Amino acid sequence: MVDTLIAKRHLMANKKQTLVAMLGVTFGIAMFILMISFMIGVNQFMEDTMLSSTPDIHIYNDIKTDYTVSIAGDYFKDKKLLVSVRHPKPKQVNLNIKNASGIINDLRNDPEITRVSPFLSTQVFYNYGPVQINGYINGVNIIDESKIFDLRSKMIVGQPEDLLNTDKGIIMGRGLANKLNLGVGDMVTLTTPAGTSMSFRVVGIFAIGIGTIDDTRSYINLANVQQLMGKDRSYITDINVKLTNNKLAPSKAGELYKKYNYKSDDWQTANSSVMASNIVRDVLTYVVSITLLTVAGFGIYNIMNMTIQNKMKDIAILKAQGFSGQDIVRIFLSQSLFIGFFGALMGEILGFLLSYALSRVPFPHNDFISLKYFPVIFNPAHYLFGLVFGVITPFIAGLMPSIKASRIDPVVILRG
Amino acid sequence: MSTALRVENLNKFFHEPEDFQVLFDISFSVNKGEFVPVIGKSGCGKSTLLYLLSTLDTDYHGKIFINDRVLTGESQNNLARFRNENIGFVFQFHFLLPEFTVLENVMLPALKLGKLSHKEIEEQAIDKLRQLQMDKFAQKLSSRLSGGQQQRVAIARALINNPTIIMADEPTGNLDSINTGLVFDIFKELSHQKGITILTVTHDLDFAKNADRVIEMVDGRIKN
Repeated sequence: MVDTLIAKRHLMANKKQTLVAMLGVTFGIAMFILMISFMIGVNQFMEDTMLSSTPDIHIYNDIKTDYTVSIAGDYFKDKKLLVSVRHPKPKQVNLNIKNASGIINDLRNDPEITRVSPFLSTQVFYNYGPVQINGYINGVNIIDESKIFDLRSKMIVGQPEDLLNTDKGIIMGRGLANKLNLGVGDMVTLTTPAGTSMSFRVVGIFAIGIGTIDDTRSYINLANVQQLMGKDRSYITDINVKLTNNKLAPSKAGELYKKYNYKSDDWQTANSSVMASNIVRDVLTYVVSITLLTVAGFGIYNIMNMTIQNKMKDIAILKAQGFSGQDIVRIFLSQSLFIGFFGALMGEILGFLLSYALSRVPFPHNDFISLKYFPVIFNPAHYLFGLVFGVITPFIAGLMPSIKASRIDPVVILRG
Repeated sequence: MSTALRVENLNKFFHEPEDFQVLFDISFSVNKGEFVPVIGKSGCGKSTLLYLLSTLDTDYHGKIFINDRVLTGESQNNLARFRNENIGFVFQFHFLLPEFTVLENVMLPALKLGKLSHKEIEEQAIDKLRQLQMDKFAQKLSSRLSGGQQQRVAIARALINNPTIIMADEPTGNLDSINTGLVFDIFKELSHQKGITILTVTHDLDFAKNADRVIEMVDGRIKN
C-alpha cells in the first residue's frame, strides 16, 4: 500500500517526534499495567485473607428478641385497659440452631456446597495468673474446619489433627499464645461467662494473619465446648459453608436464609468494608490510567496537528496527483495507530518489568499481615485491555487531525 | 484531430471577501498533442481557469470535458482517480515530497494507481527520469536537488502514468533562463513526439512565443 509507505516515511523522517509521542502512550500503558497489577494483587490478597477467616456462608442464630408480645397482655386480657410496658426484658433465649443435624445433612447433600463445618462459638476468659484475657473459642470438628480454612497451612506449631489425639486439647492463635506466654504442652484455664471453667492443653498454634483473630480465637473439639458450657451433644450455634463457586455466595445465602430461617451471611456482606475498599481501588486504578492515557492522547493529537500543519504542501500535491480524501485520512491515521500500537507494546513490556520488580520488593515485616512481598498479580486480560486501550486512544486522537487533513483544499495551497 | 479538452460556458465566482466574477463564459477546446500556453496579466483568471480544468476546483458553472468525458458533477473520489490516471501536474514551486528519493517521488502516482507491479513501476520511473536526464539522481533525496533539477523530476513524475494531458502552473516561474529553455524543449518534445497535450499558465512571453497556439486572457475572458 502506497499510503502506508508514505505514513512510514513521515514517521521515520521525524524519529524524535515519533518517539516522544510513543513514550506518552508507553508511560500511560505502563502505569496502567503496574497499577492494575498491584491494585488487583492487593484486592486478591485482601480477598484471600478474608476467605481465610470468613467462610463463604456463615449460618447462625442471630439474637432477635420479640418485644411486641408481653406476658402482661395475657394477664390483663379480660380488662378494658391500655397497658404500656416500659423496658421489657427478653426471655431466656438459646442461641443454638434447632434441628442442627437435619440442616447439616441437608447442606451436605447440596451439590453447590463442598464443605460444611458446624461449630459452637462462645466467649471465654483465658486465665493468665491473676489476669483474665477476653477472647472466644470455637468448638469445631477440626477436620471439617481445617478443610474450609486450610488450617494446615496456617499452623505455626503442631497439626490440626493433634486436637483429636489429645484429650482436652486447644489450638491457639499466635497473638493469644504470646500474650499468655504459652507453648505447646502448656495448660490454660478457660472460664465461660456462665462461670464454669476447664483446663486445656495447648497442642498447636496458628496464625491467620489477621490480628483480631490471632489475638482472640482458639479451636477446641466441639464435644469439649459443649461439655464446658453444659450443653447437650446437638448444641450448635453456627455452621460454616464452603461453596463450589464463592461468587455465588450472596444469592446462595439468601436461598439458605429462606430455607432454614437462620441468618446467613455471605463473605461479601460480612466483609463489606473490605469489598468497598476493593471497589475504591478499582475505580482509582481506572481513573488514573484513563487520565494518563487521555494526556497521552492529547500529546498525539498535538503532534498529529503539527505534522499535518508541516505537511500541508505535501497533502495538496498528493491530492492533485489523485490521492483521495480517504487516502489522506489513512496516511495520517495509520501514523497515529502505529504510534499507539508500538507505544502500547513498549508500555506493556515496561509495565510488566515494573510489576515484576514490585513483586520482588519485600513487604515491611508486620506481625498482623502475613505478606512477604508486595502483592502483584499478572493477568493476561489486563495486558490485552491495555493494548486495546493503547490503540483506541491514539485512534480517537488521530482521527480529527486526519479528517482535517483530508479536507484541505489543494487549490489554496498550490496557488500559494 | 480529436479534442483532448473542451470547456463550455465556464463561469466562476469568488465569494470571499465579496462576490466577484473571475471568469466569464469561457469556451474553447484543445486538441490532442497541442502545446498551449495560457497567458495574461496577473489577476486575469488564468490560474483560476487552470485549476478548474485540473478538476481540483469544482466550484464553477459550465461544463468541462477531458477525453470527451464530462467531469462536471463527478464525485471527489472519481475526480481523484481521474486525475491520477489522466492528468500530470507541474507547479511553480516544485512540490516534491522531501522525505522521498527522486525515484520514489516519480513512482508514487503510479503506486497509487496500482496497475503495475512495484518492479515495473520502478523501471518506468527510471525510464522517465532518463528522458529528462535525471536518472543519475534517482537515489538522492529530492530536497538535495537544485530548482531546475527538481522541476525536471516533477515533470518526470507528471509523466509516470502516461497522462493524456499535462497541466502546468508557471512551471518556469522559479527557473533561470537556461532551465526555462530546457523545460520548454521538454514540453515541446512531449507534445509533438509523444502526443501529450500540454496546457501551461505562464508569464513568460518568450516561452509562449514559440508554442503552437496561445490562449490570451484579459479580465476573465479569452481574447480573440
